[in-house]
Amino acid sequence: MSMSDTTTSDSPRGVKLEARGLSKRYGTRDVLRNTHLKIEPGEFIAIVGRSGCGKSTLLRLVAGLEAASAGTLSTDGKAVNGLHDDTRIMFQEARLLPWRRVLDNVALGLPREQRGRGREVLAQVGLAEREGEWPARLSGGQRQRVALARALVHQPRLLLLDEPLGALDALTRIEMHRLIEGLWQQHRFTALLVTHDVQEAVALADRVILIEDGRIALDQRIDLARPRSQGDPAFAAIEKRILDRVLQKPDAADATPASGTPHWPGPPAHGLRWAI
Amino acid sequence: MNTQVRELQVTPIPATAEDPSTAGTGAVWGFARSVGARLLPWLVPVALVVFWQVASSLGWLSTRVLPAPVDVVKAFWTLTLSGELWTHVKVSAGRALAGLAIGGGLGLVLGLLTGSVRFFETLLDSSIQMVRNIPALALIPLVILWFGIDESAKLFLIAVSVFFPIYLNTFHGIRNVDPQLIEMGRTYGLSRWQLYREVILPGALSSILVGLRFSLGLMWVILIVAETISAQSGIGYLTMNAREFLQTDIVLVGILLYALLGKLADVFARGLEQWWLRWHPGYQKKAA
Repeated sequence: MSMSDTTTSDSPRGVKLEARGLSKRYGTRDVLRNTHLKIEPGEFIAIVGRSGCGKSTLLRLVAGLEAASAGTLSTDGKAVNGLHDDTRIMFQEARLLPWRRVLDNVALGLPREQRGRGREVLAQVGLAEREGEWPARLSGGQRQRVALARALVHQPRLLLLDEPLGALDALTRIEMHRLIEGLWQQHRFTALLVTHDVQEAVALADRVILIEDGRIALDQRIDLARPRSQGDPAFAAIEKRILDRVLQKPDAADATPASGTPHWPGPPAHGLRWAI
Repeated sequence: MNTQVRELQVTPIPATAEDPSTAGTGAVWGFARSVGARLLPWLVPVALVVFWQVASSLGWLSTRVLPAPVDVVKAFWTLTLSGELWTHVKVSAGRALAGLAIGGGLGLVLGLLTGSVRFFETLLDSSIQMVRNIPALALIPLVILWFGIDESAKLFLIAVSVFFPIYLNTFHGIRNVDPQLIEMGRTYGLSRWQLYREVILPGALSSILVGLRFSLGLMWVILIVAETISAQSGIGYLTMNAREFLQTDIVLVGILLYALLGKLADVFARGLEQWWLRWHPGYQKKAA
Protein backbone atom coordinates (compact mmCIF):
# COMPACT_ATOMS: atom_id res chain seq x y z
CA MET A 1 0.00 0.00 0.00
CA SER A 2 2.76 2.44 0.91
CA MET A 3 4.26 1.79 -2.48
CA SER A 4 1.11 2.89 -4.28
CA ASP A 5 0.92 6.04 -2.18
CA THR A 6 4.41 7.19 -2.98
CA THR A 7 4.22 6.41 -6.66
CA THR A 8 0.86 7.96 -7.44
CA SER A 9 1.75 11.16 -5.63
CA ASP A 10 4.96 11.56 -7.64
CA SER A 11 4.00 13.92 -10.42
CA PRO A 12 6.52 13.26 -13.22
CA ARG A 13 5.96 9.53 -13.36
CA GLY A 14 6.18 8.93 -17.08
CA VAL A 15 9.37 8.11 -18.88
CA LYS A 16 11.02 10.22 -21.50
CA LEU A 17 11.32 8.25 -24.70
CA GLU A 18 13.73 8.96 -27.50
CA ALA A 19 14.34 7.21 -30.80
CA ARG A 20 17.25 8.11 -33.00
CA GLY A 21 17.65 6.79 -36.50
CA LEU A 22 15.56 3.79 -35.61
CA SER A 23 15.24 1.21 -38.38
CA LYS A 24 13.84 -2.26 -38.61
CA ARG A 25 14.02 -4.61 -41.53
CA TYR A 26 12.64 -8.10 -41.96
CA GLY A 27 14.70 -9.85 -44.59
CA THR A 28 14.85 -7.39 -47.45
CA ARG A 29 11.79 -5.40 -46.42
CA ASP A 30 12.27 -2.13 -44.57
CA VAL A 31 9.44 -1.77 -42.10
CA LEU A 32 10.79 1.24 -40.27
CA ARG A 33 13.36 3.62 -41.72
CA ASN A 34 15.56 6.04 -39.90
CA THR A 35 12.91 7.25 -37.49
CA HIS A 36 13.51 10.09 -35.06
CA LEU A 37 11.06 10.59 -32.24
CA LYS A 38 11.09 12.38 -28.91
CA ILE A 39 8.38 11.90 -26.34
CA GLU A 40 8.22 13.94 -23.15
CA PRO A 41 7.39 12.36 -19.77
CA GLY A 42 3.67 11.97 -19.30
CA GLU A 43 2.80 12.70 -22.90
CA PHE A 44 0.03 10.82 -24.67
CA ILE A 45 1.10 9.95 -28.19
CA ALA A 46 -1.08 8.35 -30.82
CA ILE A 47 0.48 6.69 -33.83
CA VAL A 48 -1.75 6.34 -36.84
CA GLY A 49 -1.22 4.94 -40.28
CA ARG A 50 -2.46 2.40 -42.75
CA SER A 51 -1.98 -1.23 -41.85
CA GLY A 52 1.48 -2.50 -42.60
CA CYS A 53 3.00 0.99 -42.31
CA GLY A 54 5.25 -0.02 -39.46
CA LYS A 55 3.36 1.48 -36.53
CA SER A 56 2.99 -1.80 -34.66
CA THR A 57 6.65 -2.56 -35.32
CA LEU A 58 7.61 0.71 -33.67
CA LEU A 59 5.56 -0.26 -30.65
CA ARG A 60 7.16 -3.71 -30.44
CA LEU A 61 10.60 -2.12 -30.62
CA VAL A 62 9.74 0.26 -27.80
CA ALA A 63 8.36 -2.68 -25.78
CA GLY A 64 11.62 -4.51 -26.23
CA LEU A 65 9.87 -7.43 -27.88
CA GLU A 66 12.06 -7.00 -30.92
CA ALA A 67 15.48 -5.53 -31.50
CA ALA A 68 16.12 -2.67 -33.89
CA SER A 69 18.19 -3.26 -37.03
CA ALA A 70 19.81 0.14 -36.64
CA GLY A 71 19.55 3.24 -34.50
CA THR A 72 19.00 3.68 -30.80
CA LEU A 73 16.02 3.77 -28.55
CA SER A 74 16.21 5.07 -25.01
CA THR A 75 13.94 5.65 -22.06
CA ASP A 76 15.10 8.33 -19.64
CA GLY A 77 18.45 8.29 -21.40
CA LYS A 78 18.98 4.56 -20.87
CA ALA A 79 19.03 2.32 -23.92
CA VAL A 80 16.08 -0.02 -24.33
CA ASN A 81 17.53 -3.49 -24.26
CA GLY A 82 14.91 -6.18 -24.16
CA LEU A 83 11.86 -6.21 -21.95
CA HIS A 84 11.59 -3.49 -19.38
CA ASP A 85 9.87 -3.57 -16.02
CA ASP A 86 8.62 0.01 -16.26
CA THR A 87 6.89 -0.74 -19.53
CA ARG A 88 3.60 -2.55 -19.93
CA ILE A 89 1.83 -3.34 -23.14
CA MET A 90 -1.85 -3.76 -23.85
CA PHE A 91 -2.44 -5.90 -26.88
CA GLN A 92 -5.04 -5.94 -29.59
CA GLU A 93 -6.55 -9.01 -27.96
CA ALA A 94 -7.05 -9.00 -24.21
CA ARG A 95 -4.75 -12.03 -23.80
CA LEU A 96 -6.19 -12.94 -20.43
CA LEU A 97 -5.31 -16.36 -19.09
CA PRO A 98 -8.59 -18.24 -19.48
CA TRP A 99 -7.74 -20.56 -16.56
CA ARG A 100 -7.27 -17.74 -14.07
CA ARG A 101 -10.11 -15.79 -12.56
CA VAL A 102 -10.34 -12.07 -13.24
CA LEU A 103 -8.51 -10.97 -10.10
CA ASP A 104 -5.76 -13.55 -10.59
CA ASN A 105 -5.30 -12.27 -14.12
CA VAL A 106 -4.94 -8.72 -12.88
CA ALA A 107 -2.53 -9.79 -10.16
CA LEU A 108 -0.45 -11.88 -12.58
CA GLY A 109 3.20 -11.60 -11.64
CA LEU A 110 2.48 -9.56 -8.52
CA PRO A 111 3.78 -10.80 -5.19
CA ARG A 112 1.05 -12.36 -3.07
CA GLU A 113 0.94 -9.54 -0.54
CA GLN A 114 0.08 -7.01 -3.27
CA ARG A 115 -3.13 -8.67 -4.41
CA GLY A 116 -4.96 -5.85 -2.67
CA ARG A 117 -3.63 -3.52 -5.36
CA GLY A 118 -5.20 -5.80 -7.94
CA ARG A 119 -8.60 -5.22 -6.34
CA GLU A 120 -7.97 -1.48 -6.22
CA VAL A 121 -7.15 -1.23 -9.92
CA LEU A 122 -9.99 -3.54 -10.84
CA ALA A 123 -12.30 -1.12 -9.07
CA GLN A 124 -10.77 1.75 -11.06
CA VAL A 125 -11.80 0.08 -14.31
CA GLY A 126 -15.25 -0.58 -12.86
CA LEU A 127 -15.08 -4.35 -12.58
CA ALA A 128 -14.64 -4.84 -8.84
CA GLU A 129 -17.70 -7.05 -8.56
CA ARG A 130 -16.51 -9.41 -11.33
CA GLU A 131 -13.21 -10.35 -9.66
CA GLY A 132 -14.20 -14.01 -9.20
CA GLU A 133 -15.42 -14.51 -12.76
CA TRP A 134 -13.74 -16.56 -15.49
CA PRO A 135 -12.56 -14.44 -18.44
CA ALA A 136 -14.70 -16.53 -20.80
CA ARG A 137 -17.79 -15.07 -19.13
CA LEU A 138 -16.86 -11.45 -19.83
CA SER A 139 -17.74 -9.36 -22.86
CA GLY A 140 -15.02 -8.08 -25.19
CA GLY A 141 -15.03 -4.63 -23.61
CA GLN A 142 -14.86 -6.05 -20.11
CA ARG A 143 -11.93 -8.24 -21.09
CA GLN A 144 -10.04 -5.22 -22.37
CA ARG A 145 -10.82 -3.41 -19.14
CA VAL A 146 -9.34 -6.32 -17.20
CA ALA A 147 -6.31 -6.21 -19.50
CA LEU A 148 -5.99 -2.48 -18.79
CA ALA A 149 -6.18 -3.14 -15.06
CA ARG A 150 -3.54 -5.85 -15.42
CA ALA A 151 -1.25 -3.37 -17.16
CA LEU A 152 -1.84 -0.59 -14.64
CA VAL A 153 -1.41 -2.73 -11.54
CA HIS A 154 2.34 -2.75 -12.22
CA GLN A 155 2.32 1.05 -12.16
CA PRO A 156 4.07 1.32 -15.50
CA ARG A 157 5.85 4.50 -16.40
CA LEU A 158 5.27 3.77 -20.06
CA LEU A 159 2.05 2.20 -21.27
CA LEU A 160 1.97 0.86 -24.80
CA LEU A 161 -1.42 0.32 -26.38
CA ASP A 162 -1.42 -1.78 -29.55
CA GLU A 163 -4.86 -1.11 -31.07
CA PRO A 164 -6.48 -2.38 -27.89
CA LEU A 165 -9.94 -1.12 -28.86
CA GLY A 166 -9.93 -2.31 -32.46
CA ALA A 167 -12.37 -5.13 -31.88
CA LEU A 168 -14.86 -3.22 -29.73
CA ASP A 169 -18.14 -1.64 -30.77
CA ALA A 170 -18.43 2.15 -31.08
CA LEU A 171 -20.16 2.76 -27.75
CA THR A 172 -17.73 0.62 -25.80
CA ARG A 173 -14.85 2.40 -27.51
CA ILE A 174 -16.06 5.80 -26.33
CA GLU A 175 -16.42 4.43 -22.81
CA MET A 176 -12.91 3.02 -22.99
CA HIS A 177 -11.54 6.38 -24.25
CA ARG A 178 -12.94 8.09 -21.16
CA LEU A 179 -11.54 5.37 -18.92
CA ILE A 180 -8.07 5.41 -20.44
CA GLU A 181 -7.93 9.20 -20.42
CA GLY A 182 -9.01 9.35 -16.79
CA LEU A 183 -6.50 6.75 -15.65
CA TRP A 184 -3.76 8.42 -17.64
CA GLN A 185 -4.49 11.76 -15.99
CA GLN A 186 -4.51 10.08 -12.60
CA HIS A 187 -1.33 8.00 -12.98
CA ARG A 188 0.68 10.35 -15.25
CA PHE A 189 2.41 7.60 -17.23
CA THR A 190 3.69 8.16 -20.73
CA ALA A 191 1.29 6.57 -23.20
CA LEU A 192 1.89 5.37 -26.72
CA LEU A 193 -1.24 4.33 -28.57
CA VAL A 194 -1.17 2.65 -31.94
CA THR A 195 -4.48 2.92 -33.73
CA HIS A 196 -5.94 3.14 -37.19
CA ASP A 197 -8.86 5.18 -35.97
CA VAL A 198 -8.03 8.86 -36.43
CA GLN A 199 -10.95 9.93 -34.27
CA GLU A 200 -9.63 7.83 -31.41
CA ALA A 201 -6.19 9.37 -31.86
CA VAL A 202 -7.55 12.92 -31.79
CA ALA A 203 -9.78 12.15 -28.80
CA LEU A 204 -6.91 10.90 -26.66
CA ALA A 205 -3.54 12.16 -27.77
CA ASP A 206 -1.40 15.21 -27.09
CA ARG A 207 0.35 14.49 -30.36
CA VAL A 208 -0.75 12.44 -33.32
CA ILE A 209 2.03 10.91 -35.36
CA LEU A 210 1.38 9.57 -38.81
CA ILE A 211 3.66 6.85 -40.10
CA GLU A 212 3.79 6.21 -43.79
CA ASP A 213 6.05 3.70 -45.52
CA GLY A 214 8.12 3.30 -42.38
CA ARG A 215 8.66 7.04 -41.89
CA ILE A 216 7.06 9.70 -39.77
CA ALA A 217 5.01 11.75 -42.20
CA LEU A 218 3.18 14.00 -39.80
CA ASP A 219 3.57 15.05 -36.20
CA GLN A 220 0.50 16.99 -35.16
CA ARG A 221 0.06 18.54 -31.75
CA ILE A 222 -3.53 18.54 -30.48
CA ASP A 223 -4.17 21.41 -28.13
CA LEU A 224 -7.85 20.82 -27.48
CA ALA A 225 -9.02 20.97 -23.87
CA ARG A 226 -9.91 17.70 -22.17
CA PRO A 227 -12.29 15.98 -22.01
CA ARG A 228 -12.68 16.35 -25.74
CA SER A 229 -16.02 16.17 -27.42
CA GLN A 230 -16.36 14.80 -30.90
CA GLY A 231 -19.10 17.30 -31.67
CA ASP A 232 -16.67 20.17 -31.21
CA PRO A 233 -15.90 21.90 -34.58
CA ALA A 234 -12.21 22.26 -33.70
CA PHE A 235 -12.09 18.52 -33.02
CA ALA A 236 -13.77 17.76 -36.31
CA ALA A 237 -11.43 20.10 -38.18
CA ILE A 238 -8.29 18.45 -36.81
CA GLU A 239 -9.68 15.02 -37.39
CA LYS A 240 -10.53 15.85 -40.98
CA ARG A 241 -7.13 17.38 -41.60
CA ILE A 242 -5.29 14.32 -40.34
CA LEU A 243 -7.61 11.95 -42.12
CA ASP A 244 -7.16 13.80 -45.41
CA ARG A 245 -3.46 13.56 -44.92
CA VAL A 246 -3.67 9.82 -44.24
CA LEU A 247 -5.76 9.18 -47.32
CA GLN A 248 -3.60 11.26 -49.57
CA LYS A 249 -0.52 9.65 -51.06
CA PRO A 250 2.42 11.75 -49.94
CA ASP A 251 3.99 14.25 -52.30
CA ALA A 252 7.64 14.53 -51.48
CA ALA A 253 7.31 18.30 -51.07
CA ASP A 254 4.28 18.08 -48.83
CA ALA A 255 5.64 15.58 -46.39
CA THR A 256 7.24 18.07 -44.05
CA PRO A 257 6.26 17.46 -40.45
CA ALA A 258 4.47 20.52 -39.18
CA SER A 259 2.91 21.37 -35.89
CA GLY A 260 1.14 24.57 -36.90
CA THR A 261 -2.11 24.58 -38.81
CA PRO A 262 -1.17 23.88 -42.41
CA HIS A 263 -3.94 23.11 -44.79
CA TRP A 264 -3.58 19.78 -46.46
CA PRO A 265 -5.16 19.59 -49.83
CA GLY A 266 -6.91 16.35 -50.55
CA PRO A 267 -10.21 14.71 -51.22
CA PRO A 268 -12.88 15.42 -48.62
CA ALA A 269 -13.53 12.40 -46.50
CA HIS A 270 -17.14 12.78 -45.50
CA GLY A 271 -18.02 10.75 -42.46
CA LEU A 272 -15.07 8.53 -43.11
CA ARG A 273 -12.89 7.89 -40.12
CA TRP A 274 -11.26 4.59 -40.78
CA ALA A 275 -7.88 4.72 -42.38
CA ILE A 276 -7.16 1.10 -42.92
CA MET B 1 -28.99 -19.72 -19.87
CA ASN B 2 -29.02 -22.60 -17.49
CA THR B 3 -32.77 -23.04 -17.70
CA GLN B 4 -32.57 -22.93 -21.47
CA VAL B 5 -30.13 -25.79 -21.49
CA ARG B 6 -32.31 -27.81 -19.20
CA GLU B 7 -35.34 -27.23 -21.37
CA LEU B 8 -33.45 -28.35 -24.42
CA GLN B 9 -32.53 -31.57 -22.72
CA VAL B 10 -35.99 -32.28 -21.39
CA THR B 11 -38.13 -31.57 -24.43
CA PRO B 12 -37.16 -34.64 -26.51
CA ILE B 13 -38.49 -37.02 -23.86
CA PRO B 14 -42.25 -36.64 -24.42
CA ALA B 15 -41.68 -37.16 -28.13
CA THR B 16 -40.05 -40.56 -27.62
CA ALA B 17 -42.50 -41.42 -24.86
CA GLU B 18 -45.22 -41.72 -27.48
CA ASP B 19 -43.26 -44.51 -29.12
CA PRO B 20 -45.59 -47.56 -28.93
CA SER B 21 -42.73 -50.02 -28.44
CA THR B 22 -42.07 -48.64 -24.99
CA ALA B 23 -45.67 -48.67 -23.89
CA GLY B 24 -45.01 -51.56 -21.50
CA THR B 25 -42.69 -49.45 -19.43
CA GLY B 26 -45.16 -46.65 -18.88
CA ALA B 27 -44.53 -46.56 -15.15
CA VAL B 28 -40.81 -46.18 -15.75
CA TRP B 29 -41.54 -43.33 -18.12
CA GLY B 30 -43.61 -41.42 -15.66
CA PHE B 31 -40.77 -41.62 -13.22
CA ALA B 32 -38.17 -40.68 -15.81
CA ARG B 33 -40.10 -37.60 -16.81
CA SER B 34 -40.25 -36.37 -13.25
CA VAL B 35 -36.58 -36.99 -12.54
CA GLY B 36 -35.43 -35.65 -15.89
CA ALA B 37 -33.36 -37.03 -18.69
CA ARG B 38 -30.94 -38.83 -16.38
CA LEU B 39 -32.59 -42.22 -16.55
CA LEU B 40 -33.00 -42.37 -20.30
CA PRO B 41 -29.53 -43.80 -21.04
CA TRP B 42 -30.26 -46.69 -18.64
CA LEU B 43 -33.37 -47.83 -20.44
CA VAL B 44 -31.67 -50.06 -23.02
CA PRO B 45 -29.29 -51.81 -20.60
CA VAL B 46 -32.11 -52.50 -18.14
CA ALA B 47 -34.35 -53.84 -20.90
CA LEU B 48 -31.52 -56.09 -22.07
CA VAL B 49 -30.97 -57.50 -18.59
CA VAL B 50 -34.68 -58.12 -18.15
CA PHE B 51 -34.82 -59.91 -21.50
CA TRP B 52 -31.73 -61.92 -20.58
CA GLN B 53 -33.25 -62.99 -17.27
CA VAL B 54 -36.50 -64.01 -18.91
CA ALA B 55 -34.65 -65.97 -21.60
CA SER B 56 -32.61 -67.83 -18.98
CA SER B 57 -35.61 -68.60 -16.81
CA LEU B 58 -37.53 -69.99 -19.76
CA GLY B 59 -34.55 -72.17 -20.64
CA TRP B 60 -33.84 -70.53 -24.01
CA LEU B 61 -30.30 -69.91 -22.86
CA SER B 62 -28.16 -72.73 -21.52
CA THR B 63 -26.34 -71.82 -18.29
CA ARG B 64 -23.18 -73.15 -19.93
CA VAL B 65 -23.47 -70.35 -22.49
CA LEU B 66 -24.81 -67.59 -20.31
CA PRO B 67 -26.04 -67.92 -16.73
CA ALA B 68 -29.05 -65.92 -15.60
CA PRO B 69 -28.33 -62.39 -14.29
CA VAL B 70 -29.65 -63.47 -10.90
CA ASP B 71 -27.00 -66.21 -10.76
CA VAL B 72 -24.32 -63.73 -11.69
CA VAL B 73 -25.47 -61.46 -8.89
CA LYS B 74 -25.46 -64.43 -6.52
CA ALA B 75 -21.93 -65.37 -7.55
CA PHE B 76 -20.91 -61.77 -7.10
CA TRP B 77 -22.39 -61.75 -3.64
CA THR B 78 -20.71 -65.00 -2.51
CA LEU B 79 -17.37 -63.80 -3.81
CA THR B 80 -17.84 -60.54 -1.96
CA LEU B 81 -18.73 -62.30 1.27
CA SER B 82 -15.74 -64.62 1.09
CA GLY B 83 -13.48 -61.64 0.53
CA GLU B 84 -12.09 -63.29 -2.59
CA LEU B 85 -13.51 -60.60 -4.88
CA TRP B 86 -11.92 -57.76 -3.00
CA THR B 87 -8.49 -59.46 -2.98
CA HIS B 88 -8.53 -59.97 -6.73
CA VAL B 89 -9.85 -56.48 -7.51
CA LYS B 90 -7.16 -55.04 -5.28
CA VAL B 91 -4.43 -56.97 -7.06
CA SER B 92 -5.70 -56.05 -10.52
CA ALA B 93 -6.27 -52.39 -9.72
CA GLY B 94 -2.84 -52.27 -8.07
CA ARG B 95 -1.20 -53.61 -11.23
CA ALA B 96 -3.11 -51.22 -13.45
CA LEU B 97 -2.34 -48.18 -11.34
CA ALA B 98 1.32 -49.08 -10.87
CA GLY B 99 1.70 -49.53 -14.62
CA LEU B 100 -0.09 -46.25 -15.23
CA ALA B 101 2.08 -44.45 -12.70
CA ILE B 102 5.29 -45.72 -14.27
CA GLY B 103 4.34 -45.42 -17.95
CA GLY B 104 2.18 -42.33 -17.58
CA GLY B 105 4.67 -40.58 -15.34
CA LEU B 106 7.47 -41.26 -17.78
CA GLY B 107 5.29 -40.12 -20.69
CA LEU B 108 4.43 -36.92 -18.89
CA VAL B 109 8.00 -36.10 -17.97
CA LEU B 110 9.39 -36.88 -21.42
CA GLY B 111 6.50 -35.06 -23.10
CA LEU B 112 7.14 -31.96 -21.00
CA LEU B 113 10.84 -32.21 -21.77
CA THR B 114 10.56 -32.64 -25.53
CA GLY B 115 7.70 -30.15 -25.72
CA SER B 116 9.58 -27.44 -23.88
CA VAL B 117 13.21 -27.90 -24.85
CA ARG B 118 14.09 -28.01 -28.52
CA PHE B 119 17.26 -30.01 -27.84
CA PHE B 120 15.37 -32.92 -26.29
CA GLU B 121 12.85 -32.92 -29.10
CA THR B 122 15.64 -33.36 -31.64
CA LEU B 123 17.30 -35.95 -29.47
CA LEU B 124 14.32 -38.10 -28.48
CA ASP B 125 11.19 -37.44 -30.45
CA SER B 126 11.95 -39.36 -33.64
CA SER B 127 13.08 -42.42 -31.68
CA ILE B 128 9.92 -42.33 -29.61
CA GLN B 129 7.79 -41.96 -32.71
CA MET B 130 9.46 -45.05 -34.18
CA VAL B 131 8.88 -47.20 -31.11
CA ARG B 132 5.31 -45.92 -30.91
CA ASN B 133 4.34 -47.85 -34.01
CA ILE B 134 5.01 -51.21 -32.36
CA PRO B 135 1.79 -52.51 -30.80
CA ALA B 136 2.39 -53.26 -27.13
CA LEU B 137 0.82 -56.70 -27.51
CA ALA B 138 3.37 -57.63 -30.16
CA LEU B 139 5.96 -57.42 -27.41
CA ILE B 140 4.40 -60.25 -25.40
CA PRO B 141 6.77 -63.03 -26.56
CA LEU B 142 9.76 -60.83 -25.92
CA VAL B 143 8.42 -59.70 -22.56
CA ILE B 144 7.92 -63.32 -21.48
CA LEU B 145 11.50 -64.06 -22.47
CA TRP B 146 12.76 -61.06 -20.52
CA PHE B 147 10.64 -61.14 -17.41
CA GLY B 148 9.11 -64.61 -17.39
CA ILE B 149 5.46 -64.51 -16.48
CA ASP B 150 5.56 -62.71 -13.15
CA GLU B 151 4.45 -59.24 -12.07
CA SER B 152 7.13 -57.22 -13.83
CA ALA B 153 6.00 -58.52 -17.22
CA LYS B 154 2.49 -57.23 -16.63
CA LEU B 155 3.72 -53.90 -15.32
CA PHE B 156 6.03 -53.53 -18.28
CA LEU B 157 3.26 -54.16 -20.81
CA ILE B 158 0.89 -51.72 -19.14
CA ALA B 159 3.57 -49.09 -18.73
CA VAL B 160 4.62 -49.32 -22.38
CA SER B 161 1.08 -49.01 -23.66
CA VAL B 162 0.01 -46.06 -21.49
CA PHE B 163 3.25 -44.22 -22.15
CA PHE B 164 2.52 -43.16 -25.73
CA PRO B 165 -0.89 -41.49 -25.46
CA ILE B 166 0.28 -39.42 -22.53
CA TYR B 167 3.62 -38.59 -24.12
CA LEU B 168 2.10 -37.53 -27.45
CA ASN B 169 -0.67 -35.45 -25.97
CA THR B 170 1.64 -33.75 -23.51
CA PHE B 171 4.05 -32.88 -26.28
CA HIS B 172 1.33 -31.48 -28.53
CA GLY B 173 -0.38 -29.74 -25.64
CA ILE B 174 2.79 -27.83 -24.83
CA ARG B 175 3.44 -27.02 -28.46
CA ASN B 176 -0.07 -25.70 -28.97
CA VAL B 177 -0.09 -23.27 -26.08
CA ASP B 178 -1.14 -19.90 -27.49
CA PRO B 179 2.11 -18.05 -28.34
CA GLN B 180 0.32 -14.76 -27.71
CA LEU B 181 -0.22 -15.74 -24.10
CA ILE B 182 3.44 -16.68 -23.76
CA GLU B 183 4.45 -13.32 -25.19
CA MET B 184 2.09 -11.60 -22.78
CA GLY B 185 3.59 -13.52 -19.87
CA ARG B 186 7.08 -12.48 -20.88
CA THR B 187 6.18 -8.80 -21.19
CA TYR B 188 4.49 -8.92 -17.81
CA GLY B 189 7.71 -9.92 -16.17
CA LEU B 190 7.01 -13.57 -15.39
CA SER B 191 10.07 -15.63 -14.61
CA ARG B 192 10.69 -18.82 -16.59
CA TRP B 193 9.24 -20.95 -13.85
CA GLN B 194 6.20 -18.67 -13.40
CA LEU B 195 5.63 -18.70 -17.12
CA TYR B 196 5.68 -22.47 -17.05
CA ARG B 197 3.33 -22.76 -14.10
CA GLU B 198 0.91 -19.98 -15.00
CA VAL B 199 0.76 -20.21 -18.77
CA ILE B 200 2.33 -23.27 -20.36
CA LEU B 201 1.20 -26.07 -18.06
CA PRO B 202 -2.42 -24.91 -17.72
CA GLY B 203 -2.51 -24.34 -21.47
CA ALA B 204 -1.38 -27.90 -22.11
CA LEU B 205 -3.58 -29.44 -19.46
CA SER B 206 -6.66 -30.18 -21.54
CA SER B 207 -4.53 -32.04 -24.05
CA ILE B 208 -2.71 -33.96 -21.30
CA LEU B 209 -6.05 -35.05 -19.86
CA VAL B 210 -7.15 -36.34 -23.25
CA GLY B 211 -3.98 -38.42 -23.24
CA LEU B 212 -4.82 -39.68 -19.77
CA ARG B 213 -8.25 -40.82 -20.88
CA PHE B 214 -6.81 -42.70 -23.83
CA SER B 215 -4.28 -44.28 -21.50
CA LEU B 216 -6.89 -45.37 -19.01
CA GLY B 217 -8.77 -47.19 -21.75
CA LEU B 218 -5.64 -48.93 -22.96
CA MET B 219 -4.56 -49.72 -19.43
CA TRP B 220 -7.52 -52.05 -18.81
CA VAL B 221 -7.24 -53.73 -22.20
CA ILE B 222 -3.61 -54.59 -21.66
CA LEU B 223 -4.25 -55.63 -18.07
CA ILE B 224 -6.92 -58.09 -19.19
CA VAL B 225 -4.66 -59.61 -21.81
CA ALA B 226 -1.72 -59.82 -19.42
CA GLU B 227 -3.76 -61.40 -16.65
CA THR B 228 -5.40 -63.85 -18.99
CA ILE B 229 -2.05 -65.13 -20.25
CA SER B 230 -0.94 -66.10 -16.79
CA ALA B 231 -1.53 -64.93 -13.27
CA GLN B 232 -1.78 -66.30 -9.77
CA SER B 233 -4.19 -63.63 -8.64
CA GLY B 234 -6.28 -60.81 -10.00
CA ILE B 235 -9.51 -60.66 -11.92
CA GLY B 236 -7.94 -62.41 -14.91
CA TYR B 237 -6.90 -65.30 -12.70
CA LEU B 238 -10.39 -65.42 -11.20
CA THR B 239 -12.03 -65.77 -14.61
CA MET B 240 -9.49 -68.20 -16.07
CA ASN B 241 -9.77 -70.35 -12.99
CA ALA B 242 -13.56 -70.30 -13.17
CA ARG B 243 -13.37 -71.31 -16.83
CA GLU B 244 -11.52 -74.50 -15.86
CA PHE B 245 -14.44 -75.46 -13.64
CA LEU B 246 -17.08 -74.24 -16.11
CA GLN B 247 -18.28 -71.59 -13.65
CA THR B 248 -19.74 -69.29 -16.27
CA ASP B 249 -21.31 -67.07 -13.63
CA ILE B 250 -17.91 -66.24 -12.13
CA VAL B 251 -16.46 -65.61 -15.59
CA LEU B 252 -19.23 -63.11 -16.11
CA VAL B 253 -18.56 -61.52 -12.74
CA GLY B 254 -14.97 -61.02 -13.87
CA ILE B 255 -16.01 -59.47 -17.16
CA LEU B 256 -18.43 -57.15 -15.41
CA LEU B 257 -15.74 -56.18 -12.93
CA TYR B 258 -13.48 -55.12 -15.78
CA ALA B 259 -16.33 -53.08 -17.24
CA LEU B 260 -17.01 -51.51 -13.88
CA LEU B 261 -13.37 -50.63 -13.24
CA GLY B 262 -13.03 -49.19 -16.73
CA LYS B 263 -16.09 -47.05 -16.21
CA LEU B 264 -14.80 -45.95 -12.82
CA ALA B 265 -11.49 -44.87 -14.33
CA ASP B 266 -13.32 -42.90 -16.99
CA VAL B 267 -15.54 -41.19 -14.43
CA PHE B 268 -12.43 -40.29 -12.49
CA ALA B 269 -10.75 -38.82 -15.58
CA ARG B 270 -13.89 -36.84 -16.41
CA GLY B 271 -13.98 -35.58 -12.87
CA LEU B 272 -10.42 -34.35 -13.22
CA GLU B 273 -11.32 -32.63 -16.47
CA GLN B 274 -14.30 -30.92 -14.98
CA TRP B 275 -12.32 -29.67 -12.05
CA TRP B 276 -9.13 -28.62 -13.80
CA LEU B 277 -10.84 -27.26 -16.89
CA ARG B 278 -13.67 -25.57 -15.07
CA TRP B 279 -12.60 -22.26 -16.61
CA HIS B 280 -13.32 -23.69 -20.07
CA PRO B 281 -16.76 -22.81 -21.47
CA GLY B 282 -17.00 -26.33 -22.88
CA TYR B 283 -16.90 -27.82 -19.40
CA GLN B 284 -18.91 -25.21 -17.55
CA LYS B 285 -22.42 -26.18 -18.60
CA LYS B 286 -22.11 -29.69 -17.22
CA ALA B 287 -20.56 -28.45 -14.01
CA ALA B 288 -23.17 -25.76 -13.41
